[in-house]
Amino acid sequence: MLSAGPTPQISTEVWNFSVTTETGEVRRWNWAELNALSVERTTVDLHCVTKWSKLATTWEGVSLDTLLDGVETSAEYAVASSYGGYTTNLPLEDLLDGKAWIAVRYDGEPLTPEHGGPARLLVPHLYLWKSAKWVRGIRLLNDDEPGFWESVGYHNYGDPWREQRYWGD
Amino acid sequence: MTEDHIDGNAAGGALSDVFAVDLTAATGQCSSCAQSLALAEALLYTQAPGLIARCPGCEEVVFRLVRGPGRAWLDMRGMTCVQFELADS
Amino acid sequence: MARAKILGRLTWRVATVAAVRDETSSARTIVLDVPDWPGHLPGQHVDVRLTAPDGYSTQRSYSIASAPEGNRLELTVDVLPDGEVSPYLARVLSVGDPLEIRGPIGGWFVWDPEKPEPVQLIGGGSGVVPLMAMIRARETVGAQTPFRLLYSARGPETIFYRDELRRSSENGSGLSVTYAYTREVPQGWERPPGRVDASLLTQITWAPEQEPISFVCGPTGFVETVADLLVSAGHDPARIRTERFGPSGGGS
Ligand SMILES: Cc1cc2nc3c(=O)[nH]c(=O)nc-3n(C[C@H](O)[C@H](O)[C@H](O)COP(=O)(O)OP(=O)(O)OC[C@H]3O[C@@H](n4cnc5c(N)ncnc54)[C@H](O)[C@@H]3O)c2cc1C
Ligand SMILES: [Zn+2]
Repeated sequence: MLSAGPTPQISTEVWNFSVTTETGEVRRWNWAELNALSVERTTVDLHCVTKWSKLATTWEGVSLDTLLDGVETSAEYAVASSYGGYTTNLPLEDLLDGKAWIAVRYDGEPLTPEHGGPARLLVPHLYLWKSAKWVRGIRLLNDDEPGFWESVGYHNYGDPWREQRYWGD
Repeated sequence: MTEDHIDGNAAGGALSDVFAVDLTAATGQCSSCAQSLALAEALLYTQAPGLIARCPGCEEVVFRLVRGPGRAWLDMRGMTCVQFELADS
Repeated sequence: MARAKILGRLTWRVATVAAVRDETSSARTIVLDVPDWPGHLPGQHVDVRLTAPDGYSTQRSYSIASAPEGNRLELTVDVLPDGEVSPYLARVLSVGDPLEIRGPIGGWFVWDPEKPEPVQLIGGGSGVVPLMAMIRARETVGAQTPFRLLYSARGPETIFYRDELRRSSENGSGLSVTYAYTREVPQGWERPPGRVDASLLTQITWAPEQEPISFVCGPTGFVETVADLLVSAGHDPARIRTERFGPSGGGS
């Protein structure tokens, strides 16, 4: 259960999620609006950088393809940020084509604060620190911007299949 | 207050893997709220890919330490002017 | 004793288990032989590292329970039933086994026997371990510093070092020991089971005017509560030192 600080307790009444483009254009969803979008169910393997992999976990969430549909951008990078101040960066293309979700349920249950609820980013093809808990927004950027762990030794991309754990791996 | 942290003191082992002096009793100022603190007094989060210490006053990050095979990374930008006790020789 | 015990970068060293001793049904003291141990200060801890055959390794911190004494070192580990490390240390590890440790660690949560001010020790569950090192060190150096220990535990069966604490508190050297039970009390016990609260603290701890130094140690929630109570009672926060063991660092 990874956390870099106190567990944020965010009620779904105040929760919201935004996408901000490199030109400053903002799209925002509140809890009801997000859940009104098409919620997909997906079964994926998770890879934690410290030790374990957890196979066949089942999540429900809104695909980033849905959230980014029609957004005007030529950005190549993205930074996800969370309630509590956490950030993580990744190439925009890693959020697209059915590879990433804003997850709202795990194993059929709403996400508890300890599991990153109300909503967390789910990017299962990268190490789990990229799947930001308590996600509140994604900024699209022309230039890459290392996140919380990426700026202190952890790999900028974090591909578990190539064991990209630390800088230079 | 949440129960998911311990004291900065517990980072002493990881820090002494890097430094020859004890850093937990060293004092400094939080860069965000200017509170003075000993590193031992920081709130330490260990259930993560590295160690994160936060200011007990404002909860901003005061230092982060990551240990990889053969390497370590330390970011102390959250703390200014760290003072150590040092014996004169 | 006041000499700094941190003599350069710390690296892992291999200790050997010299003896084990059950403290309670779930906790065990592990006596270690550590070649070239540089000595330690009462209150310091060590990191323990376990490595699996596949190379996966994990570390935990454990307070030193013993007073400084040559190459000998004692830890007391309480089992967290679903824990990764504590069941191995307290149930599996046996005499003659090697154990990787790094230490001594920490210059903050330590008692300096040369300081004259009264000392208030408040421990919850296994949080008594580093406090015991202070009590033992006080006895070893023959210090007369007034000491009070408030030891909160689930019940009488979960108390560590009971006989030794009784002896040390009855030898007239100025150590007093008070037990507070949170779940089960012995027959005829004056106080119903319950958590340490403001009235118990005022009753049995040093008053703020006596300017004690307080060492509070145990599970995070316990430490949080007690430290807040001490501050509300008028103790100077700068004279309260804490050591949190984590959310479940031993029952209190
Ligand atoms: C400075 C220091 C000194 C200590 N001294 C002692 C001692 O003398 N004796 C003693 O018995 N113990 C001591 N502890 C506690 C010890 O380090 C371990 O935390 C304890 O033994 C449990 O480890 P484990 O691997 O068995 O359990 P784990 O596998 O680590 O944990 C078991 C359960 O508790 C939860 N958990 C444990 N720690 C945390 C945490 N920090 N944050 C969130 N969840 C957590 C886990 O999620 C899991 O559900 C000390 C801790 C510190 C920091
Ligand atoms: Zn601060």
